[in-house]
Amino acid sequence: MNDVILKTEGLTKHYGGVQALVGADFEIRQGEHVAIMGDNGAGKSTFVRQITGVEQRSSGKVFFDGQPVEFAGPLEAREAGIETVFQTLALADALNVPDNLFLGREKFLFKFGPFSILDFKSMRIDTLKSLERTGVKIPNVDNPISNMSGGQRQCVAIARTATFHSKLTIMDEPTAALGVQETAQVENIVRTLKEAGEPLILISHNMRQVFDLVDRIVVFRRGRIVANLRKEDTSGEDVVAYITGAKTDPAYEVDA
Amino acid sequence: MAGLAHGLGGLKYDPKKRHRPPELNVFVALVIIVLLFEVLGRLFVGDSFLFNTRESIDTLFNEARLRIIILQVAIIGIIALGVTQVIISGGIDLSSGSIVGAAAMVGTMFAQSSMNEYGMENTDPVLGMAFLDLPIIIAIVAALAAGLLAGVINGLLIAYGKIPPFIVTLGMMLFARGVANWTTKGKPISYLQEDYAAIGAGMTPVFIFLGAAVVMHLLLKYTRYGKHTYAIGSNEQAARMSGIDVDRLKILIYAIAGFLSALAAIVLSAKALTGQSGMGVMYELDAIAMAVIGGTSLAGGRGSVLGTCLGALIFGVIISGFTFMRLDAFYQEMAKGSIIVAAVLLDQWRARQQAARN
Repeated sequence: MNDVILKTEGLTKHYGGVQALVGADFEIRQGEHVAIMGDNGAGKSTFVRQITGVEQRSSGKVFFDGQPVEFAGPLEAREAGIETVFQTLALADALNVPDNLFLGREKFLFKFGPFSILDFKSMRIDTLKSLERTGVKIPNVDNPISNMSGGQRQCVAIARTATFHSKLTIMDEPTAALGVQETAQVENIVRTLKEAGEPLILISHNMRQVFDLVDRIVVFRRGRIVANLRKEDTSGEDVVAYITGAKTDPAYEVDA
Repeated sequence: MAGLAHGLGGLKYDPKKRHRPPELNVFVALVIIVLLFEVLGRLFVGDSFLFNTRESIDTLFNEARLRIIILQVAIIGIIALGVTQVIISGGIDLSSGSIVGAAAMVGTMFAQSSMNEYGMENTDPVLGMAFLDLPIIIAIVAALAAGLLAGVINGLLIAYGKIPPFIVTLGMMLFARGVANWTTKGKPISYLQEDYAAIGAGMTPVFIFLGAAVVMHLLLKYTRYGKHTYAIGSNEQAARMSGIDVDRLKILIYAIAGFLSALAAIVLSAKALTGQSGMGVMYELDAIAMAVIGGTSLAGGRGSVLGTCLGALIFGVIISGFTFMRLDAFYQEMAKGSIIVAAVLLDQWRARQQAARN
C-alpha cells in the first residue's frame, strides 16, 4: 500500500507496571484527516509520544512513508517529516514570527559555525508564503510572539508545518486554550490543510470539531483502541458510547 | 463582512499591540536624569551639568565631564556586554568581577618590563628574569585565555553539570578571586611595559568598549548565535525541541562572557599601571545593574547591546552627577541600588501591562 503514510503494529508502552498503551494498530493514508478521541488517560497522548519519538516504545512497530522507523527523539521525527503542534506551545515568546518558524532550521547568507549570518529576507518571504498557504493572517510578522493572541500563536505553530512541507501533521488539542473566534481560525487552517491533501492526526475532545473536520475517528480507552469509525457511519452518541465504554467495536474485542 | 478583510476568524490588527523598542524608554530615562542634574545643578550648585560655563574654554558642552562619564563606565561596560548576553540566555554571571582580578594578574605577569620609566631596575619579577620585556601580545593572549577558560568552565558546569548558573558562577566568583590572590600571594604587579600601559591610556578604553559593543551587537542581532541565545532565554524547552544544541550554546555564551571580562581586565590593569588581585571587586554587580537598567530582563529572552550601553551611560551620569552635586559617595550607592530596583519594577510592570492587553 503506497498511500499509507503512517502505520503502527502492536504499538505498546508501559511505564513500569502501568500499561499506558496496548497493541495499537493504526493507519493513516495520504490526504486523510483522522481524529483520535478518548477520555483523559486513555492513551492518546502516549500514542502520539511513541510515534513522534518523544518516548521510546516498549514493543511494536512503526512504519512511516513505507519504511520501518525508529526515531531517537522528536527532532528526528520532525526531520523525517512528522510535524507536531503541541498543546503547550513550543514557541519562543521573545522572537518574531519568521524567527519562530525557522528556529533551529535557519537560512543563512554566510555560513560560519555558530556565527553564521542569518538570511532574514529570505526567511521572511518564506514565512509570508506559508502563512498565505495556510490562510493565516498575522498583521505584523515582525512583532514578537509575546505581543500576539493565543490564537495567532497557535496559527504560527501550525504554519510551521506548511513551511517545511511535512508529510504528516499531528495536532494535540490545538484549540483547547482558545476562544471561539480563534478556534474558528485554527479550524479554517485545518480545512486548508485538507484541501491541500495534507494528512493530519487531530487529538480533540470537541465532538463538533471532530465531526466538522475529519474523515475517520479512532477511539482510545484504557490504553487500547476500541473503535475505528468512518464519520459517515457513526454519530456523536455512538462515539461517546465507545469513549465511556458502553460499547466496543467487535473487531477490537479482547478476551479479558 | 469587514472582518474578513483582516483574515480568517476576523482577527483585527490592533495598533496598540505594535512593538515599541524598549531601548526608547531607557533613552528617555537617560535624558530625564541628565535634565534633572542640569536643573538641580543650576538651582543648588549654580553651575551647569551639561554645558560649558567657563569663559576660558570655547566649547558648548562641558566636554571634560562628558569624557569622564564615558571613561568611567567603559571598563565595566565591556563586562556588561558579556553579562547582557548571559542574562538574555536566561542565566546570570556573578563571576565576572573575580575573572577580572584573575585575568589582570595573569596578563600583567607577562607584561612586566626590566626597567620602569624612572630607570629603576625591576629586581623582583613575578615569573623570573626570562619573562621580562616579552611582546605584549603574549600578555594579552594569556589574560584572554584565562578569562576564556574560566568562562568555559562556567559553561560546562551549567550545561552538563545541570547546576543553576547562580551557584556555578558564585563558586567561580570565589575560586577566581582565590586564583588572583594565589598568583602573587596578594602582592601587586608593577613595572608594566609602556606598550601595555598604552592600552589603558587616554580614551583608548572607550574605543575598546565601543568596538566590543559593535561586535556584540552584530553577533546578537544578525547571527545564529544571537538568535538562539534569545530563543533559549525565552523558552528553553522550545529551543531544545527545535533542534538547538542548547548545551553547546551555553558553553559558548559563558566563554564569551569570560573573554570580555578578561578584556576589561587588560584595559583596567593597563590604565592603573598595575595588576592587583583585588581588581574588579563588585564589578559583576555593576555590570548586571547596567544590563538590567538597560532593559535586559532577568527572566531571559529580552535585552540588547544598545540598551546596555544606555544603561551604562545612566550609571556614568549618576556617578558624575553626584560628584557634580558635591554629594558623598554613599549617596551614589543608595541611588544606584534604588535605580536597579526601580528598573526591575518598571520592567515587570511593563510585562504585566503587555500580558493584560493580550
